[in-house]
Amino acid sequence: MTSVEIREIILDILEGIAPDDDLSNLNDEQPFREQLELDSMDFLDIVMELRKRYRIQIPEEDYPQLASMQSTVEYLEPRMKDLQKV
Amino acid sequence: MYDTAIIGAGMSGLAAGIRLAYYDRRVCILERHTTIGGLNSFYRLAGRNYDVGLHAVTNFTPKGTKKGPLARLLRQLRIGWDEFSLTPQVGSRIAFPDATLNFGNGLDLLLAEVDAKFPTERDNFRRMLADIADYDAVQPGMMERSAREFVASHLRDPLLAEMIFCPLMYYGNAREHDMDFGQFCIMFRSIFCEGFARPWAGVRIILKKLVRRFRELGGELRLRAGVQRMDVARDSVTRLVLDDGEEIEAKQVLSSAGWRETMHLCGQTRNSQEAARESGQLSFVECISVLDRQPRELGHDRTIVFFNDSPTFHWRKPESIVDLRSGVICSPNNFQYETPLDEGILRVTNLANYDSWRSLQESEYRLAKLSWYDRVVESAVRFVPDYRSHVVATDMFTPTTVERFTGHENGAVYGAPRKRFDGTTPLKNLFICGTDQGFVGIIGAMVSGITIANQHLLQNH
Repeated sequence: MTSVEIREIILDILEGIAPDDDLSNLNDEQPFREQLELDSMDFLDIVMELRKRYRIQIPEEDYPQLASMQSTVEYLEPRMKDLQKV
Repeated sequence: MYDTAIIGAGMSGLAAGIRLAYYDRRVCILERHTTIGGLNSFYRLAGRNYDVGLHAVTNFTPKGTKKGPLARLLRQLRIGWDEFSLTPQVGSRIAFPDATLNFGNGLDLLLAEVDAKFPTERDNFRRMLADIADYDAVQPGMMERSAREFVASHLRDPLLAEMIFCPLMYYGNAREHDMDFGQFCIMFRSIFCEGFARPWAGVRIILKKLVRRFRELGGELRLRAGVQRMDVARDSVTRLVLDDGEEIEAKQVLSSAGWRETMHLCGQTRNSQEAARESGQLSFVECISVLDRQPRELGHDRTIVFFNDSPTFHWRKPESIVDLRSGVICSPNNFQYETPLDEGILRVTNLANYDSWRSLQESEYRLAKLSWYDRVVESAVRFVPDYRSHVVATDMFTPTTVERFTGHENGAVYGAPRKRFDGTTPLKNLFICGTDQGFVGIIGAMVSGITIANQHLLQNH
């Protein structure tokens, strides 16, 4: 999976978590928290969704890597490169 | 073998069930009754639909609001804002003999009313608001300090303090006389800073949405499946035994039955002091009147009226069978619907004494209901237009009704006075959610189920 595809997956997950949010202006370098008002429960959902959809296990100590779109994609790229997008 | 068995198909159990089923857990909700809802349910009687529990959904915030419990729970359950069909209130009132305070959704009207009616409290009230806004629900040790002391440290006029406490206690305080500071802040925000709403067709809209979602995700809901006991080996629940003897195995159990009720189910009451916490004492009667016209046509347009007939508000288990001094008058008609409800309805809720109601024989009980319905309504029409000549149907519930349908000891609507915020129990695979976990109201109950599912049931796989 490419970084572009991973980004699409994250966007799709965020859309599911916050269906009323407009994600078209998302700044990839800025933390999600500053743009979307996600709380810690919602962050857990990004982790849980990745596990549900792609069986990716993300250890708790790595959660800070998921702060922004850019850091999330960078973190996931090596872990998802052999997976097919569904 | 289930991953999780949930006891009780009320708001908290259903919300927890949705979270677990969404993340592919094998989950089963066990409900003793023939219908869902628990404390917030609905029924049909003589061709009419009635709600129980719900006067209004508190914590209401408009579409697009990103903060607050309603927004959070919609995100967590993947439910769109429109799907609960919430319609905001018209406006509510706190009515005491020497003062009334009107309030709507959001703080504006309440602030204007405080300024007009308690001008010397203007700045004090705003300082109190700032403290409430700053309060962080997870700050340890702060939860249980006295809300009365907190309010008294800000407000000089005891009448204003009593008036503020009246709705907050009626809508979610399990403790007599005083209130935990944490609970006070939660209730203050949910009622005054956020507000009231209701789906046109009542609480059933919300419950049915939750059940549909739960089942679509593969969750199993079993009605007439009361848990009679839980078997324990060492420090874990090993199986649940239903009323009919059927045995159910689950790796984890989440109970919304109440703290003491849950401890009792697994035989823990004798073993630990922690398990034997004091029981709740506060219960209600509610007298429902169906009218031949809309309340508005009688000159009554308030959504909810919280009344008290003296300057001091008494929040205790009453010595008499019903406490007529204070109460809540709710009209489900007075929300901003596009189409009015088919019939006018007024519901009056008063504090009541469980033991007195429990001690009545069947025939005495029926007579007491009749005579106390009259007295309750007589007491209520001191604060709203007299609607007695327009009543076409009535129903009434008492503390024993609450006990029968919720399983709460003493018919204690808001459960035990001490809450268990982290949801843990002495048994390592048993957790509690719902009223005794500590979040109340319809939105609060759902948040309770979600929070405990997230913290304890979803992370450790």
